[in-house]
Amino acid sequence: MSKTLLMKGNEALAEAAIIAGCRHYFAYPITPQNEIPAYLSRRMPEVGGTFLQAESELAAISMVLGAAAGGVRTMTSSSSPGMALKQEGISYIAGSELPCVLVNVMRGGPGLGAIAGAQGDYFQATRGGGNGDYRTIVLAPGSAQELADFTIDAFDLADEYRIPVLILADGYIGQMSEPVVLPEPTGKTFKKPWALTGAKGRSKNIIASMKLIPDTALEEHNLHLQEKYDLISENVRRIETYHTDDAEWLIVAYGTAARIARKAVDRLRAEGVKAGLFRPLSLWPFPDRELYELARNAGKVLTVEMSLGQLVEDVKLSVNGAVEVDLYGRAGGAVPALDDIIERIKSYERENHTHVQAS
Amino acid sequence: MSAKTIPMYKRPEGLTDVRTHYCAGCGHGIVHKLIAEALEELEVLDRTILIAPVGCAVLAYNYIEVDGLEAAHGRAPAVATGLKRALPDRMVISYQGDGDLLAIGTGETIHAANRGEDITVIFVNNAVYGMTGGQMAPTTLEGQKTLTSPYGRNPADVGFPIRACEVLDTLESPVYIERTSVHNPASVRKTKKAILKALKYQKDGLGYSFVEILSMCPTNWGVEPVTGAEWVKDAMMPWFTLKKFRDRPEEKKEEKQAS
Amino acid sequence: MTEELIIAGFGGQGVLLTGRLLCVAAMRLGKQVSHIPSYGAEMRGGTANCSVVISDEDIASPVIERPSIVIALNGPSVAKFEPRLRPGGLLIWNSSLVKQAPTRSDLVLVSLDAADRSLSEGTERAANMAAIGALLKLKPDIVPMEAVEAALDEVISARNRKHNPVNLRILHAGYEITKTINAA
Ligand SMILES: Cc1ncc(C[n+]2csc(CCOP(=O)(O)OP(=O)(O)O)c2C)c(N)n1
Repeated sequence: MSKTLLMKGNEALAEAAIIAGCRHYFAYPITPQNEIPAYLSRRMPEVGGTFLQAESELAAISMVLGAAAGGVRTMTSSSSPGMALKQEGISYIAGSELPCVLVNVMRGGPGLGAIAGAQGDYFQATRGGGNGDYRTIVLAPGSAQELADFTIDAFDLADEYRIPVLILADGYIGQMSEPVVLPEPTGKTFKKPWALTGAKGRSKNIIASMKLIPDTALEEHNLHLQEKYDLISENVRRIETYHTDDAEWLIVAYGTAARIARKAVDRLRAEGVKAGLFRPLSLWPFPDRELYELARNAGKVLTVEMSLGQLVEDVKLSVNGAVEVDLYGRAGGAVPALDDIIERIKSYERENHTHVQAS
Repeated sequence: MSAKTIPMYKRPEGLTDVRTHYCAGCGHGIVHKLIAEALEELEVLDRTILIAPVGCAVLAYNYIEVDGLEAAHGRAPAVATGLKRALPDRMVISYQGDGDLLAIGTGETIHAANRGEDITVIFVNNAVYGMTGGQMAPTTLEGQKTLTSPYGRNPADVGFPIRACEVLDTLESPVYIERTSVHNPASVRKTKKAILKALKYQKDGLGYSFVEILSMCPTNWGVEPVTGAEWVKDAMMPWFTLKKFRDRPEEKKEEKQAS
Repeated sequence: MTEELIIAGFGGQGVLLTGRLLCVAAMRLGKQVSHIPSYGAEMRGGTANCSVVISDEDIASPVIERPSIVIALNGPSVAKFEPRLRPGGLLIWNSSLVKQAPTRSDLVLVSLDAADRSLSEGTERAANMAAIGALLKLKPDIVPMEAVEAALDEVISARNRKHNPVNLRILHAGYEITKTINAA
């Protein structure tokens, strides 16, 4: 086993990309993800890779499209306003069924907002911020270690399903240093006969999102994509649960918010309240069935997020009216306060509520 | 020296009386002051809108006593275009850094200039991305080490530093293009003249004017403020020649009368 | 044991490094640690700071609202963080540079002429070491001195390792001159 290092989340992710075999990285500077390009500008030359600082995020994502079409593992990273610009390219990459890894180290918005960590891009990430009927896999790490581990996973998922995989971290996860054991490569390899490598000895390959002929071509393409998304929805459901077996209260949270919620579970249990944590690690596909079962057993659900009502929509879709769902959200760089989570649940307990107030 | 010849510097009316957030030895504050003085002299403080870039000068509107507007990163010339076309008799300044103007906003820069928008672009070139902590900029010099060019800028890989004035000088429309600097008092005075002229042309409705100002960023260059000023002269000026590239108000006036 | 520390000072006073040093020392002893800097424009002018959590348990948030310990290496840091300490908290402040002494009566206030200690060893840059020494004396359950000594070589870049003997001397000086406090 390799040594435990004190690593910044952003750097752990960057090194993991190298371990995963990524040798083509393109980005435009933006806080709070700047350590990723800074790190890779040093490391890529050492491993014979390409680091290129693009002139904009519009350009960076287009460079990723090009590299992915060439069949190599490629990545770009940014933060919220920069991710907004990348949506054009992400839509094209999804339509062209190209594999790549995207990283959003979220900050507060809207607009230029501020640089402290936030989770306000949940909708943008999970609903597809670009045009058209498409999906990207979205993974939500909650520590520097997971930033590294999920990056390895993300490259394999991208190649397996020919899909962009988005790592959605908040600024605190990216900026924080924690103990990290760098992951091993999985060693999985993927054949890419579709790659544009020159038509030597084969018929030519074309990669394009435009489908004009025949008239039905685009709908067929959409249906084909949908089939793929259905398959991913079955295969890529990632969750972590904590004390959910006998929970009468289920807290749902991801990223930094989930770390605090987990502590709240400990504290509530110490005071005799049976709380548990449901933590989606994949935000798309959202683990709806798993949540539904646990929420129904618990009866009372509180969503904790660093946005003001985004994650809670998926929570509500998952429980589908079976139980009510309350929301505690903070925004603009604020983190949920441990005491507030505890007090919110205890106030229901004091009044003997059988169900929560829908948010 | 007789008392008469000692210049008396006072805070221009157009400069807000607050402490700026700029680092020691940064050039942005100087440029702000020059803009404020020029606007005051032209008596247009009350009909000017300053568009702040995304960059270290993102809060410029807090320091200059005119209306202020934010633009997304690189888009200030496009925002200025929209504003000026909506309010043709107002003064519109697009204030930008090198990342903003020559990387993410290259398209906006060139097209606003090419259309000859009746705006003034003040371009502060400090050879680095200041706000984000010192990454390579389009104007970073050959061999210069930054956060994202840790081995020094290698032109074979990422090209040579772009010279904005020279590029814009290939376009027909601009009325005025000049490159100056703020690394010592004499150049500050020249820069003042350039800014005044650029804004005067806008006031007279003569079209697009562009002033590039070489400026210091000791924090991200990793040097003392004094060394920063020397570095502008020794490292930047050999590549970015100080020069008036274009100054043709008469032609523009004729064009204007003809149309 | 869970301690939530904020370490603050001018850029260049080794604030981030101080935090990393404590984290690595504690991490090697199997404790949970997190370290997060103040970043970006926030750093310009005034104070640079980092938040450090050291705990025997999993760490919830790396962001600290109400620290249990503050190390303030300059005046603006005292002004900014004294009010945020929780009652009973510990404030170690650099009396060589801080003009306005802290005043809260519900805190443990420990003054330390950290910058002068550093200067007396011929460097301006090691006031942070004196402060760590003081911290180790006052809060021995965070990490022992040996763990910090061992972490120095790991945390300090190869280029600067030649200064470690001086760092060690200042670290020990901070430790020696600080009196233990009896828990009230
Ligand atoms: C779409 C988008 N991408 C990236 C950023 C991050 N960002 C803020 S300022 C800046 C660069 C500023 O450099 P420059 O234009 O040279 O101005 P300076 O700070 O040096 O004055 C960047 C990349 C952003 N705010 N928005």
